[in-house]
Amino acid sequence: MAVIIDKNTKIIVQGFTGKMGSFHAEEMIKYGSNVVGGVTPGKGGSKHLNLPVFNTVKEAVKNTGATASILFVPPAFAADSAMEAADAGIRSCVAIVDGIPSHDMIRIKRYMRRYTKSEKMSLVGPNCAGIISPGKSMLGIMPGHIYKEGRVGIISRSGTLGYEAAQQLKNLNIGVSTSVGIGGDPINGSSFRDIIGKFEEDDETDVILMIGEIGGPQEVAAGEFAKDNMKKPVIAYIAGLTAPKGRVMGHAGAIVSAYGESAVEKVEILKEYGIIISKNPSVMGETVKNVLSKS
Amino acid sequence: MDIHEYQAKKILSDFGVAIPRGGIAYSPENAENKAREIGGTKWVVKAQVHSGARGKAGGIILCDTPLSVAQATDKLLGKKLVTNQTGPEGKIINRIYIEEATEIKKELYLGLVFDRSSESIMVVASTEGGMSVEEISKEKPESIIRSKIEVAVGMQNFQAREIAFALGIEPELIRRASETIIGCYRAFSELDANMVEVNPLVISKQDQILALDCKMSFDNNALFRRNQVSELRDKTQENSNEVYASDRGLNYVSLEGNIGNIINGAGLAMASMDMIKLAGGEPANFLDVGGGATPEKIVKAFKLISMDEKVKVILVNIFAGINRCDWVAEGIVQALEKIEIKVPLVIRLAGTNVEKGNEILKNSNINYIEASTLEDAANKAVKALGN
Repeated sequence: MAVIIDKNTKIIVQGFTGKMGSFHAEEMIKYGSNVVGGVTPGKGGSKHLNLPVFNTVKEAVKNTGATASILFVPPAFAADSAMEAADAGIRSCVAIVDGIPSHDMIRIKRYMRRYTKSEKMSLVGPNCAGIISPGKSMLGIMPGHIYKEGRVGIISRSGTLGYEAAQQLKNLNIGVSTSVGIGGDPINGSSFRDIIGKFEEDDETDVILMIGEIGGPQEVAAGEFAKDNMKKPVIAYIAGLTAPKGRVMGHAGAIVSAYGESAVEKVEILKEYGIIISKNPSVMGETVKNVLSKS
Repeated sequence: MDIHEYQAKKILSDFGVAIPRGGIAYSPENAENKAREIGGTKWVVKAQVHSGARGKAGGIILCDTPLSVAQATDKLLGKKLVTNQTGPEGKIINRIYIEEATEIKKELYLGLVFDRSSESIMVVASTEGGMSVEEISKEKPESIIRSKIEVAVGMQNFQAREIAFALGIEPELIRRASETIIGCYRAFSELDANMVEVNPLVISKQDQILALDCKMSFDNNALFRRNQVSELRDKTQENSNEVYASDRGLNYVSLEGNIGNIINGAGLAMASMDMIKLAGGEPANFLDVGGGATPEKIVKAFKLISMDEKVKVILVNIFAGINRCDWVAEGIVQALEKIEIKVPLVIRLAGTNVEKGNEILKNSNINYIEASTLEDAANKAVKALGN
């Protein structure tokens, strides 16, 4: 199977009947995702897009057997919804929403420590484009048609830069096994390292393209993990070579505050770990192509 | 969001941290009266701007009469203070903080930040107060004490005590020092701060533990639930174009170069800036109109960029997903009917319906240079500088 989601994954939408939730639920259904219902507290028992609406995630899971959810809940309530999903036994949850306070993200992660590793939900996001396994399922908001089916795993903090990569690959006739947007916030549900490990174990993925940016320790942590634990080649591009120090560049998490957090420093450290660097964002596809032709 | 020193000190004092007596002044007369109210024989006149290193830049003046307090205030008010953190344009001084002078026995450093690796709150302390934390970590790294706080249970007394002892604080002051450290932690955690820095934290000759200077920064995403914090925002301390942008829901950072950017998505925006640099140019700004790149946002973005006189070329790079290139192109055409652009314009569209989008642009009246890839767009933008 691909990473995190496949054709059979049963999906519910949290914040189902809202404008965003409705729009993207329809897009996911059109793509072929197995959306089985949704949750909007107070609207349980009704139908939306011909699918059942539930008051709580627990009810939704009990009645549909859903294992994945996607959050379209306003930022102030998102932490609560993510914890509700974790408690209801959802295995994979994607939080699209931008604007969740950092303190709330930490609260979610502390809450999830109550679960053993095998019971623990994997949270992806927030402030991300979601997950797509081309030709199988989409648990996100990306334009599905730019992804060709194939064997490259993509992990990206940025949504549109992830699209750019998928498009470059498609233009070179190279496809993607799964693309995971981990989001641009300083504290996120899954790190590069969490996802890169899943790709190493996935028998449908041959190489991994990691698209990072300035700020935070996650790219370096993933590089170190790859050096010690991975056989598959990892290619990386780090955005923000021109970003000034101490300024937030759009993404709340894109701020250089310590050594090893600037793009130049990250590239240097990743090279030492044996990661192949895409020297600029225009050659992400070509760099992957070169690696594939050698392996 | 950043706040002023005097505002940060007021917050600290609400959390039980002692601060020197002081008051805010908006005029020399005001300042003189404040000095008399505060009493004593020596006062510090402190320019309130959102920056550290104010002392070195002449923004902090020690005075020994109320009259000289008034004079110092007169000298600072309305001026721009240029520090090594403000950039060459400096920041306007609109408020002056008058504070009783403290006789210092010992200067310490105390800072709280998020630790992104452990996803907890990290307390950083040092016996070398008064220097910036960057200087301390370069020159006296052995003096740095770090303590990770588990946010689910908050800071415990023993953790504060350990830090206080490690700072070499005398036994009879440990309790007061612990209360001070816990007060700073509570301010950080209860008000959704990103950073609280007390530098220096001093022990006075009278054995008081006082926050002599304080910087605080807050999580913008949490301001919706922190009214008492959000009302402390002082827009005069921010770049005017950045204020214009943030009021309109755009992510904008003003930079030094001359190629203006309109891009959707923060990552793609940073990547486009990298490509401009590689092509030999310099970006004038970072601007993310949001993943959706709605026509309304594009109009606002063109308005914003056209306000920046540095801009000699505009580069638009939109990767349209759900929002489709034809729709984005219509937004661009609409925007350019409303706003006159006098500099060359390079447009690169990619993603859903890109052919339709480019056709709409071609059939419109707008004068632009079409680009196909990221690299092509950057090269054409740099080339257009020469025309």
